[in-house]
Formats: sequence, structure tokens, C-alpha cells
Amino acid sequence: MRSADPSTVQERVRHALSDEFLRNAVKFTTERLRAGKQAASEEHPNWEEWRERARQIRLHTIAHLDYYLQEFVENARANGVHVHFADTAEEAAALTLEIARLRGARSVVKSKSMVSEELHINQALEGAGVEAVETDLGEYIIQLAKEPPSHIIIPAIHKNRYQIAELLSKEAGEELPPDTTALAGFVRRKLREKFLEADIGMTGCNFAIAESGSIVLFENEGNARMVTTVPKTQITLMGMERIVPTWADLEVMATLLPRSATGQKLTVYMSGISGPRRAEDRDGPEQMHLIIVDNGRSLQLGDPHFQELLNCIRCGACLNACPVYRHIGGHAYGSTYSGPIGAVLKPALNKNVAEWDDIANASSLCGACYEACPVKIPLHDMLVYLRQRKVEQGERSREESTGMKGFRYVMSSHKRYGRALRWARVMQKLLLQDGVIKVRIGPLKGWNSYRHTTPLPKKSFREGWQALEQDIQREHGGMDERVRERLRRYLEGQEKGSKGDE
Amino acid sequence: MKISLFVTCLCDSLYPRAAEAMVRLLARYGIALHFPDVQTCCGQPAFNSGYWQEAKASAHTILEAFEESDYVLSPSGSCTGMIHHYYPELFADDPVMLEKAFRLQKKTFEFSQFMIRVLGIQDIGATFPHKVTYHPSCHGSRLLGVKEEPLLLLEQVKGLELVPLPFAEDCCGFGGTFAVKMSDISGAMVSEKVDHILETEAQVLVGTDMGCLMNIAGHLHVRKEPIRVMHLAELLYEGVSGHAISRS
Repeated sequence: MRSADPSTVQERVRHALSDEFLRNAVKFTTERLRAGKQAASEEHPNWEEWRERARQIRLHTIAHLDYYLQEFVENARANGVHVHFADTAEEAAALTLEIARLRGARSVVKSKSMVSEELHINQALEGAGVEAVETDLGEYIIQLAKEPPSHIIIPAIHKNRYQIAELLSKEAGEELPPDTTALAGFVRRKLREKFLEADIGMTGCNFAIAESGSIVLFENEGNARMVTTVPKTQITLMGMERIVPTWADLEVMATLLPRSATGQKLTVYMSGISGPRRAEDRDGPEQMHLIIVDNGRSLQLGDPHFQELLNCIRCGACLNACPVYRHIGGHAYGSTYSGPIGAVLKPALNKNVAEWDDIANASSLCGACYEACPVKIPLHDMLVYLRQRKVEQGERSREESTGMKGFRYVMSSHKRYGRALRWARVMQKLLLQDGVIKVRIGPLKGWNSYRHTTPLPKKSFREGWQALEQDIQREHGGMDERVRERLRRYLEGQEKGSKGDE
Repeated sequence: MKISLFVTCLCDSLYPRAAEAMVRLLARYGIALHFPDVQTCCGQPAFNSGYWQEAKASAHTILEAFEESDYVLSPSGSCTGMIHHYYPELFADDPVMLEKAFRLQKKTFEFSQFMIRVLGIQDIGATFPHKVTYHPSCHGSRLLGVKEEPLLLLEQVKGLELVPLPFAEDCCGFGGTFAVKMSDISGAMVSEKVDHILETEAQVLVGTDMGCLMNIAGHLHVRKEPIRVMHLAELLYEGVSGHAISRS
């Protein structure tokens, strides 16, 4: 995990931008996922209605999270599940280790789980001498590379198949061809042994169903089925916000999540698990533990600007749509969660101004994340709120603060603004080269590194207005009657409807 | 009826030709725009950076300027979006200003939005025999929801060959202060945007936000690519009058 990485966002960004392999790999896969999502949503006859319905389900659940959590936990316990609560990552790790100790476990097989990445469970297990093996292909690859995931659903998105073949060849002790079927075949054989040896199967949780106390896993490789049926003990880690009230609500999520994530109509395997193995079951764990994790989530409850963060269903659509992510990949974000959702989650879950660094600035606020989000989380607005909180708490850079004072002074009066324009027009003569401004100093440094700045024209619009207005009055008569009629009718319609465009 | 021009600080200072084109086009329908000179900037640069007090000081000039107007038109989807989407948030704790913000929100339109939704005019009788590609700016299309309007206007222009821009909806990398603070990412984004524009082999790039167009034009200039960059109103005005705005 790179949270201990002392580098700044700028340094990580520069590093990513200079890595052509990474940029090409990320572009290649996000384009494929984005196209898949677009096709799947266009094909769905009522996509926007379903999005709104999903949003309402999430809003409602999070607004009544205490109620649904209690319902879920009571039902899960009635099903024979051992339910634990962890306030922090450390508590979650300690609970996991305690279960492993009590079960005498030496090895753990894991299905893909972002919350386990967030909690650094693998490091905790290995520290206690318990082997942890990732069994999702992408997770397995980055585990071998000793890297954190760089995408919520495609953890090894930043690697191409040649890099992957190199990693796997080292593990195999022989040269494997850069052929995806051959590589997957090797991993399948290798992991089969691990499944059979493992004492504990560990999973995350895509959704938890309050009405029946069940957990639901979405996956494409079948490895989560192995993880939840072969080992004698199952530990499921679950963010406290993963709940939906009913199985009927799950249908909405099951429709939106795979389509948003990869363009699949359905995930290949969807497993609903309601407790440990029963007498009549042919397989399943003897014991099932569920650790419900807070780790900063409850800080968002009741926050008017950030509560909706808990609505996220971790589909990764915002990453695939993000033009910033497209160029820098996930590691530049410096946290488990990357892309637009990561840029907001990292500081929000930490509530730590010092750790905000500049990650909330790594967005042009284009809104592609919001448009892609199946539950319509306004991430572009949240990025602005983060910046605002940082400023309000006094965490401002001196240059920016001075610049903004200047902005206020000039822009709060049209007279000062007019004078500033005239002054700038005089000063720019010193900077002009071949009719444009190319100097890379002050605020123009970054801008002019990629652009030439066009100079201010001889007259601003306001300076030319009087002449333009006279011109217009001379050339044209009164208002066209049909135009007047439309303007009047539109105004009346607005008053009646009293509805803005938002 | 008072129909006012919200010129935006960028068009006022750097691109008066875009605002003038808008004024002259509307004059053809007998709409004499009114220009209250107390307006400065919508406040977006400060707002997006988190400096809301500074943004408010600037936004006050906009609320004051258009208090008496029946309609307010602007050549920018982004600045119009600021009023629509964020003014109610910015003035949430000031009931008097909030009321003004809501009134302004209802009567403020981006240029193409006004032409299509209010006036119902699609064909303005323009001819522009060139190969053109269109970049939909993010704030106008996503925040304000103006997606079809510019295309509806362009479709009616005689002789105009509209070439679709690959990955059109991807941000050009402008983002206001983003381009200054995160200049390397922004540079990568504008560079890719220009690659896509070049793929279209268009002679003209048209858009509805001078911020984005300034960004793209600035990079085109570095790469010495002779593509003409125009605001939609400029293109339409040139198409009806046969000549470009000559002021700058």
C-alpha cells in the first residue's frame, strides 16, 4: 500500500505520465470498459429510470443505516454467522488474526475485496506468519508484483500481457508465453493447490441483504465460489454501508453494477450466502465470520455534502470515464481507491487535512464521473466541497491565497476590473513574442508549458460596447413580433411551471 | 422587455469577437441586447478552488447587474452553469441574495440554449462551406444539459460539413485553475484532444465555451496547426454576414 509513500501528487503524476506502458495499458482497457458500459446502458430500455431508482434505494438505505444494519445483523446471527464490528483498520486486522489463531490457520485464500486492500489485511496476516493468497487473477498478479490495485475492478489494469507473462514466468520457474489463455491456465493450476490447502476463505461483500442476513458476491472467475465452499472457515469483510434492504432491491443493483463496470448484462457468478454449511448442504464452511467495518465511513453520516459517498457500489465506472485517470492511472492517487471516487474517499475517510495534499485538485471538474455513476453520486461537486473545506480550515498555499485576494479585489468592482484590464494590456507588451505570450513564469509557467497564450485585444468588449450599441440601433429596427411573442410566452410558462433547468 | 448580455470576463477581456457576434446575430431578430457594465466575473475561478468568500464578492456584481433583466444570455455554458448549478449553494446562508440567485437562475441562458429552447430558431440562414468539428464543453453539456442545441444550429448551416470528433465528450483539460495547478495532466489531456481534432481533418473547430477553446487553440498554436477555432456564434454570424468580426 502506498499510503506511506512520501511522494507528492505532482511527483506521482509526473512518474505516471512518463510511463508509456502504463498509459497505453490504462487507455486500452478503460476504452473497452467504457464502450461496453455505453452499449449496455443504451440497450437497456429505461437506463435513466433505473439509475434514479438505484440512487433512491441507496439514499434511503444510508439514511436509515442504523435500522437496516440492525435488521441485517439480527438475521445474520440467526443464520449462524458470527458477526463482529471493527471501528478501524487495526481492529479489523486484529479480529481477523484472532479468528485465524483460534482456527489454527496457516493459510488464507482470498477472493477480490477492495475493503481488504483498504485495511491492509494481507500484510497483517503475513506479519503473523499466515500465508494470504489472492485468487482473483488481477489481484494475484499485483500480489506477485507487490503493488496495490490501480483500479477498483481491474486491479492490474496498468500492466500489459508481456509484463504479466514476465511476472508469472518468475513464479512458474519457467518461461511462459505472453498468451492470455496460457497465462490463465498456469494461474488456474497454481491456485487449485492453494484452494485445497487453505484453512480460511476470505471474501469481501458486494451487497448485504438486510431482510435475510445474507451476503452477495459478484465475480467473473468462479474463484469466490471456491473460496466460500472449500475451506472450513470463511471470513467476510464488509464495509458498513454495503447494505440493501431486500432481494428485490438487489435486482436493481445486479442490473446496474455489471453493466456499469464492464458492460456485462449479468456478472458471471452471483453468490448469495446466508450462513455456514447446514446439515443438508453439500459444501460450505463449518464456521462463518462477518466483520463489519467502519474505518471512517460513519464520519460521512449526517454530512450534507458527503453522505452520498456511502451510496457508492464500487463499479469503477467513474474511473473508466475519467479523463484524468485515463492519463495517470490509479497509483498516482496514492490510496487504495483511485479515480474520482478515490480522490474524494481518501480525504473523506481520513478526515485529516494534512493528508489531503492535492489529490482533490487532480480533476478538471468535467463531471464525466457523475454522468457515468449508476447511483448518480455528484463527485464533481464533492471535489469542490473538499477544496472549500481545505480553504476554510486555513490549509491554503500562500501563492493561491494571495492570488484569490487579488481576484476578489479586482472582480468585486467593475471599475477596478476595467483598470486591471487596461493595465494588463500595457504590461503584456513586455511579454509578447511573435504575437503570443510564451514565457513560463509565475502562474503562466504550467499553462505556457503546453500552450501559447493569446494576448488581450486592443479593446475589451466593454470598451467597444458604446460603438457596437449605436451600430446595432442604426442598422436594426424594433423587435420582430413573433420573437416578442415567443419571449413573452416562455416567461409565462416559466412562471406557471416555476421550474428551473436543474 | 429587457434582454441582457452576460458577457463573461473571458469574452469581455480576450474574446470580444464572440460576444459581438452574439449581439449582432440577435440584432437580426430585432433583439437589442442590453449590457449592464457593473458585471465582472461569475466567480468560478475562486469557487472551484474552494475560495467561496472571494467567489461571492465577484458573484455579487452579477446578481446586481441583472436584477432588472427579463432574460440574461451568455456565450458560455460554463458560466451559465455556475449560475444554475452553484449560485444557490454559494448563497445558501443569505436569504436575500439566495432569492436573487433563484430569480437569476430562471432567466439565464447559454446562447444556443436560448436560440433553440426559447426562440425556437434552428435555421438562421447561414452558409459556411467548410469542414467543421464540434467540441462539446463539459459544463455546458453535463451541468447545464445543453447537448443537442449547438448541433441543431450547426446542422442547418448550408455547405457546412460536420465531422464527428472522436472522444468528443472527453474534457479538453482546461478546468480553469486546474490547467495551472495540475498543468502536466492538463497538458496530456489537451494534447490528446488536439490529436483527435487532427484526426477529423477539419478546417474549423467550433464550440460554445471560450475557456475550452482558448485552451485548445493555445495548444494548436504550439503545434503550429492552422486550424481555425471559433465560438458557435462567430461561425453563425460569419455564415449570415459573409465576413468575420473584425474588431480584434
